[in-house]
Amino acid sequence: MTHLLAADKVSKYFGNVIALKDISAHLDAGEVLCILGDNGAGKSTLIKILSGVHQPDAGRLLVDGEEARFGSPREARAAGIATVYQDLAMVPLMSVWRNFFLGAEPTRGAPPVRYLDVRTARQEARRHLMAMGIDIRDPDQPVGTLSGGERQAVAISRAVYFGARVLILDEPTSALGVKASGIVLRNVVRAREHGAGVVFITHNPHHAYPVGDRFVILNRGQTLGTYAKREIDQQELVRLMAGGAELAELQHELEQISG
Amino acid sequence: MAQVAESGLARDERLARVGLAARLFQRPEIGSMVGVVAVFFLFLWAAGAKFAELDGFALWTDEASNVGIMAVPVALLMIAGEFDLSAGVMTGSAGLLFAYLVTRPDLNVWPAILLVLLFGLTIGFINGMLVMKTRLPSFIVTLGTFFSLAGLNAGLTRRATGSVYIPDVDTASGFRSAHRFLGSTFTTYAFPDRVIWWIVITVVATWVLARTRFGNWIFAVGGDATAARNVGVPVLRTKIALFMTTSTMASLLGIMIALQIRSAQADQGIGNEFVYIIAAVVGGCLLTGGYGSAVGASIGALIMGMITVGIPFAGWNSDYQRLFLGVILLLAVMLNTLIRWAAARSRA
Repeated sequence: MTHLLAADKVSKYFGNVIALKDISAHLDAGEVLCILGDNGAGKSTLIKILSGVHQPDAGRLLVDGEEARFGSPREARAAGIATVYQDLAMVPLMSVWRNFFLGAEPTRGAPPVRYLDVRTARQEARRHLMAMGIDIRDPDQPVGTLSGGERQAVAISRAVYFGARVLILDEPTSALGVKASGIVLRNVVRAREHGAGVVFITHNPHHAYPVGDRFVILNRGQTLGTYAKREIDQQELVRLMAGGAELAELQHELEQISG
Repeated sequence: MAQVAESGLARDERLARVGLAARLFQRPEIGSMVGVVAVFFLFLWAAGAKFAELDGFALWTDEASNVGIMAVPVALLMIAGEFDLSAGVMTGSAGLLFAYLVTRPDLNVWPAILLVLLFGLTIGFINGMLVMKTRLPSFIVTLGTFFSLAGLNAGLTRRATGSVYIPDVDTASGFRSAHRFLGSTFTTYAFPDRVIWWIVITVVATWVLARTRFGNWIFAVGGDATAARNVGVPVLRTKIALFMTTSTMASLLGIMIALQIRSAQADQGIGNEFVYIIAAVVGGCLLTGGYGSAVGASIGALIMGMITVGIPFAGWNSDYQRLFLGVILLLAVMLNTLIRWAAARSRA
């Protein structure tokens, strides 16, 4: 059985520190894989391996069943694995359509009079954002005037438009309030509906459970287990994640979201 | 937020809400447009009709072109988030090199122009590489090249000629043909060629900014260099190209001035770097980069030209010229900030 993206017994050491040990997980198109774990569990190391920033010291990455080695984020991107940065890949003072096509602008004419195909860029940006469910009033509006959730939706639809099959979202909800987190979760679902595989990294099980199809729980560099949604309920996920101490507080947050 | 939530149906209405006036107020050059009208009427009132008549008009557009040819590339550089403080002294270096080449080795004017432009490209490349490779602020790096060039201009001129200027540019072969295009006037009203060059440079720069990939990259590297790099914009190439453009334009202006006054002064251009920056800022460029316009910089230059000519026309003491520039700079920046703030609010 081949998966869109799979990690097979991946390990990573920094000196004598074991950052990750024998992690296995897989992701198919149209699926959301949630990677959960507290701070220091190894989430960041795992995504850095998936996105080509680090190379695994043991184990393999497989893309479409073929073994893949990414020497750099650029190589990962070429294989269709895109890390979606919310604030790190948007220029706030520039318009939505200029951001959408930044670095890959459509042009007409031959040099030296090669010019931007502004009409196409505007229409395409607008059309693809609509498909992602965000109705941008005006593609000329600066990205800085969008909300965090809208901005992320632009980043996601841009990645999908330029051929990303796997989207890696690193803690997209960690700094957001309840309402803004809701928009981000909607973005995750829409990306999945567009056939992308989504790797969703979070330490918040309440955000993960509603959108995730499969859950990998990391603790101190090892998996506490991989569960499909039907194998685990939200309470159990919370319990695995946090243990008893913070449970009451989390319960409170849970009620806020579902309410 | 609320408007996004009610989405879909009301779209046309919402678009109509951002009308022509609102769009105009979002342009970076709006403050300078208000400023140019105000300054024009100020001097029309103070100096009388001769300020607006053709002779006066020719005079202040001449002064404006002197600033504008440089204010435009300086504005592009500022939009990309960088400064070039050597832009003023470069006009002097270029003029001196040009005057030297056509009078000492008796080079024909045209190959000399080519060599001086190559010199400009080289200095720009050095500026750009120093800034990008050392990661020092361009303000410091180009302050260094500014003082280095100023010292070289004085020292080498004295060494070559024994004085502080190089005369007799008009004795060079090819002077007449080059003078016709670069240092002369094209009507009986003494409109200099430079004005045409200035307008062409402004139009080209505006087109590049708004309608080319390179223009998109200029805004991006100034707005957020990390973001630009993350999506594949060649940050290094973009910035170095702009440093090279700036010092090459300075070379072109230096040549034009040498052809016009038929000599070159060792201290030519020193101090003008700030005039260019003032014009660019009055025209709406943000000091922090990512925002601005070429047309705005040119309108800023036009204001500079009006002030330079208007003060003596009005019979005022020219000593106060810099006071004028300083006050205009402060007023324009405050106005620009106010307008941007209001425009952002009307939008949100």
